[in-house]
Amino acid sequence: MMEPGLYQLLFISIALFFIGVYGFFTRRNLITMLMSVELVLNSVNLNFIAFNKYLWPGKMDGLFFTVFVIAIAAAEAAVAIAIIINLYRSHQSIDVENAEELKY
Amino acid sequence: MNSSFYIALIPLLPLAGFILLGLFGRSFFKNSSGIIGTLFLLVSAVLAVYVAYDYFSVSATIRPREIAFTYTWLQFSDTLSIDMGVMLDPISVMMLVVVTFVSLMVHIYSLGYMKGEERYPAYYAFLGLFTFSMLGLVMSSNLFQIYIFWELVGVSSFLLIGFYYNKPSAVAAAKKAFIVTRFADLGFLIGILVLSWYSGTLDFNTLIARLTSPESDQLKSAVTSSFLGLSGLTWALLLIFMGGAGKSAMFPLHIWLPDAMEGPTPVSALIHAATMVVAGVYLVARLFPVFAISDPAALEVVAWVGAVSAVIAAVIACTQTDIKRVLAYSTMSQIGFMMFALGVSKYGGEAGLGYTASMFHLFTHAMFKALLFLGAGAVIHYVHSNEMKDMGGLRKYLPITHVTFLVACLAIAGIPPFAGFFSKEEILLAAHENNPAIYWIALITSGLTAFYMFRLYFSIFWNKPAHLHGEKHGEGGFAMMLPLILLGVGAAGAGFIPFGKYVSTDGSPLESHIDIGISALPVALGVAGIVAAMWLYLKPNNRSEKLAASLSGLYKAAYNKFYIDELYLFITKKVLFNLVGRPAAWFDRNVVDGLVNLTGNTTEAVSGGIRKLQSGKVQQYAIYFLGGVIVLAVLFIYVWK
Repeated sequence: MMEPGLYQLLFISIALFFIGVYGFFTRRNLITMLMSVELVLNSVNLNFIAFNKYLWPGKMDGLFFTVFVIAIAAAEAAVAIAIIINLYRSHQSIDVENAEELKY
Repeated sequence: MNSSFYIALIPLLPLAGFILLGLFGRSFFKNSSGIIGTLFLLVSAVLAVYVAYDYFSVSATIRPREIAFTYTWLQFSDTLSIDMGVMLDPISVMMLVVVTFVSLMVHIYSLGYMKGEERYPAYYAFLGLFTFSMLGLVMSSNLFQIYIFWELVGVSSFLLIGFYYNKPSAVAAAKKAFIVTRFADLGFLIGILVLSWYSGTLDFNTLIARLTSPESDQLKSAVTSSFLGLSGLTWALLLIFMGGAGKSAMFPLHIWLPDAMEGPTPVSALIHAATMVVAGVYLVARLFPVFAISDPAALEVVAWVGAVSAVIAAVIACTQTDIKRVLAYSTMSQIGFMMFALGVSKYGGEAGLGYTASMFHLFTHAMFKALLFLGAGAVIHYVHSNEMKDMGGLRKYLPITHVTFLVACLAIAGIPPFAGFFSKEEILLAAHENNPAIYWIALITSGLTAFYMFRLYFSIFWNKPAHLHGEKHGEGGFAMMLPLILLGVGAAGAGFIPFGKYVSTDGSPLESHIDIGISALPVALGVAGIVAAMWLYLKPNNRSEKLAASLSGLYKAAYNKFYIDELYLFITKKVLFNLVGRPAAWFDRNVVDGLVNLTGNTTEAVSGGIRKLQSGKVQQYAIYFLGGVIVLAVLFIYVWK
């Protein structure tokens, strides 16, 4: 089995990133949007890993960053879901289109 | 200098009264404010009399102008400062006594007259403010100080004329008085600036010294400079005189005075008869050396304005039916006498008789005119009307008022030995020696004066039998009668004061002399006027109507005050309004407002576009964010690499 090279990893990372961005802009459901954000974060993680492995194999910085990002993402998900629950309680819906009172 | 500080107390005490009553009158002194105000003024008056005694009795000759004390108020530069000072000279000391005395009489009188008024404390507070301002005015040691107090006097006059502020006519009168005098004061202010520009000082002593000595540089530059054909000095003096004419109700700036009678009657006695309206005369007298020595042309203008005002006012007074308006025109006429007396006077020695006579007349006029107004107040208080037709036959009901009013009428008509005789005699003598045309005008006017005063007297106290409606109440309390009696004594006896000994142009005493040849004619004219008034008004008859009908054109013109008010309205409403007001309003509405609106509209349009960006849609914000990131990325990669 062929080991993936740097370019393959970067390609997957970019694909994941834009899939995440696309999902974030097009989905109306907040849970899906949250999932899209996770995709973006993970594409970044993949980037860190790939560069760490192929450019500075002797160093661990990329790995640490990745672990750090995963931890933060977990915390962020907790906060985001708490916000979504509160939004549901006040609007009986988790559609972002229904939550646009904060405007001019 | 500290020993003279008590002089400053004379104006400061009424001010203290004003502050006390103005701030706390309504809550604490609802009923006692009259007494408090009167007590403050009593102390002032006693001090003023003491100052006068001290000033006039110490030496045999007249003391020159002296500064009792002075305080530098605003120091602008090394040479220019505005001071607050107290100046004592014969006329200011004389005015101190007149103002405090008449004001005290009015305070006492108002205790009875204004009793039960809703704004009683405010009334006494305003009286205190007025007295303070007037005293400050007469004691001023420099031109700017006099201007400050001049305006203060105007304000307190405004407040007092509009005292019955729920009466529209009173409000209109107050505004009219304020605006007309303010307009005149514009000239005064410019005059002050011009005069102080040439003389380089505001202080009276220095100013008079510089502008009267022929070899001074200041005088030379003032006389040689010229603008529109008149010298700088003439302009300055004429503009200052314009201020004086406004305050003193001289033709053609007199239109406010008759309307000012809307104020409470004691106020008319104080402000619009005895004190404030003579401020213009006082101002000219204050600068008299400059007028007389350096600029006789300006003095000539003063003389003619005074003479014309005197005769016009006297003619109008003959036709008016509101007793206070008759008195108002009579005041204007008498001030005209004072003005032209100054105007025909010269500086120094016997030729300065007009100056002495003018001040003498100011003094006696204050007595008898205040008395006439207070008497009229008692009559109005009794019949509740200002109109002559509601009066008549009151001599039995108002005995004290009747006698004092008669004394005042005799005094103003110039019948010996009452006060007006002596002062008017000196004025006529001065006019006779210097300006025959004005002398004849003055003679006619004094005949008319006797006629209209006795027309008033007979219409009020004789004529038809009294028809009183409602219950008969007394003549008014002791508080109202005491000032009448005191002023009556003054009006009868003030003429015997050897005034020339105290007040003259150059400080050398002047002998007062009554020339039988000169005085016979005016007295005869005065008696003729009285007899004519008696023939027309002693008993009810239709002679006066017939006379009015036979003089219909003149009578109508005089009754309508020679249409001067209408002329003013025409000039302001038709000419000024259409030629200046409307274009200015158009410019304001279209150009000025247009520019402002343009700015506003542009801002609104732009912000209307921008605000759409804040839509409340989270995903839109995210797109802006992404767009920003992309732009930054492009910039970082391709531009700032």
